[in-house]
Amino acid sequence: MSIDLKTIKHISKLSRISVDEKKAEKLAGDLNSIFEFIEKLNELKTDNVEPLTSVAETTLKLRSDEVKSKNLREQVIKNSPKENEDYFVVPKVIE
Amino acid sequence: MLDITKQSLSELVENIKNKKLSSSEATKAFVERSEKSKELNAYITEDYANALNKAKTFDEKPNLDLKLPGIPMAVKDLFCTKDLRTTAGSKILNNFVPTYESTVTQNIWNEGAILMGKLNCDEFAMGSSNETSFFGNVQNPIDKNLVPGGSSGGSSSAVAAQLTPITIGTDTGGSIRQPASFTGTVGLKPTYGSCSRYGIVAFASSLDQAGPMAQNVKDCALLQEVISTYDEKDSTSIDFKRNEYSKELTKDIKGKKIGIPKEYRVDGMPKEIEDLWKKGIEYAKDCGAEIIDISLPHTNYALPTYYIVAPAEASSNLARYDGVKYGFRAEGENLIDMYEKTRSEGFGAEVQRRIMIGTYVLSSGYYDAYYLKAQKVRKLIKNDFDDAYKKVDAILTPSTPSSAFKIGEKTNDPVSMYLNDIFTVPVNLAGLPGISIPAGHDAKGYPLGLQIIGKAFDEQNILNIAYAMEEKINFKNNINDWWIK
Repeated sequence: MSIDLKTIKHISKLSRISVDEKKAEKLAGDLNSIFEFIEKLNELKTDNVEPLTSVAETTLKLRSDEVKSKNLREQVIKNSPKENEDYFVVPKVIE
Repeated sequence: MLDITKQSLSELVENIKNKKLSSSEATKAFVERSEKSKELNAYITEDYANALNKAKTFDEKPNLDLKLPGIPMAVKDLFCTKDLRTTAGSKILNNFVPTYESTVTQNIWNEGAILMGKLNCDEFAMGSSNETSFFGNVQNPIDKNLVPGGSSGGSSSAVAAQLTPITIGTDTGGSIRQPASFTGTVGLKPTYGSCSRYGIVAFASSLDQAGPMAQNVKDCALLQEVISTYDEKDSTSIDFKRNEYSKELTKDIKGKKIGIPKEYRVDGMPKEIEDLWKKGIEYAKDCGAEIIDISLPHTNYALPTYYIVAPAEASSNLARYDGVKYGFRAEGENLIDMYEKTRSEGFGAEVQRRIMIGTYVLSSGYYDAYYLKAQKVRKLIKNDFDDAYKKVDAILTPSTPSSAFKIGEKTNDPVSMYLNDIFTVPVNLAGLPGISIPAGHDAKGYPLGLQIIGKAFDEQNILNIAYAMEEKINFKNNINDWWIK
């Protein structure tokens, strides 16, 4: 298997990480060597193996559905890179 | 009294409890040593003035019943600390100041410890050498040109150099045990679900665990006792009966069955590591343990499995860094452009690489071939351990395939960097506890570690084995304070 530049561009779009030509070439090289290493898994037959879903075989604890914290508005917005009053500010999305 | 910073955590606790030492004296000593040790670059954020104030407050009305009374401590910068910057070693969180505290650190402060600052680490804990940190690499106190291991490299460096009596790190594939091994210190990765993940910057949620990094096994047991609690704020936290690890610590391991997995004898393993392992087996026998050969047949598949599972979870976890809610933002022409520029400028190369791998293995058409396949192999790896534990109580292996390497030596070859974690990764995949203890030196005089892997929730047992072996090994770290002018 080989990951080409077109695939890199596609993954970069899905990842929301912009890449220029130079970075794409470097990434293609790195990813190809990493996937070559990963391909080792194909040596194993796993048709009848159940995938692992959790290392701990316990059932999730349930709790009552109630509000435990309040008035976090200020804290939630505190680290925003750009805000206006109680809102996050983003570039315009609707014309 | 012995130089304050030369004392172990247990000694400091005892001296404070006996009123031979005040919290202010202890805190001042560690702050002063940290200040003289800037060259190591172990800290990302220092909080010395606050620490000294808190120590003063503690001394005014000392509660000596606490487990960590007035003990100063720096922690890995992956734990959210309320009102103190938490960066995860990344530019994207350079200005992030949490409004809440992680459960693990809160447990530590509840027992009387005092925060001194935040320790350097690989960006989002992705690395084995601390070289992916946005805040620069960390130096190993053993030797100027050596990496301290990673991702908890600031933590291992700070404990080995005695800038903090003890610390906590996180371990997703070896990030506590490998740096402990590289610096001649002790590091425990607890069972998955033992320590709450609440308030820890997430990397790979099914693998991440916090754990203690210490100068000796007794200190390690004491901190584990403090940090391991059931927490309803982490849905994967497990409500099991926790031991009082330090109180129940014993060197009596007579008759314990310790397994030696033949698959850990990997191709190209240096003779020094092989010899160390043999020596470890002898030490274990000397302590009265019974040695049993075992097989973990899927060991060789652990790293390829890890490099699908961990990046997949990382790509999903790191989707939250979008330049909107918190963290760094790069302006863009529109929303998508802003996202793409923010993430391209905010994340470093290794993090971007892993997000891309993760996105790819989860993407349409590839999910079954990669992610599902990896989860099936992960099951086989866990089954290997389950089978082995029908015959043995614990497993003994080397911690790493080599001693600490040079800064810059592996940065251009991601796969050779990943191979560092070959002995530690299977433990995370199976959710088991593992401890690395210093066990000897290589020809260059660099420390080497042995790993003891336990059954799930059996931390007490591996701590006991480590405690017994530690006495036989009688390891001494060669640190000459070269960085202090």
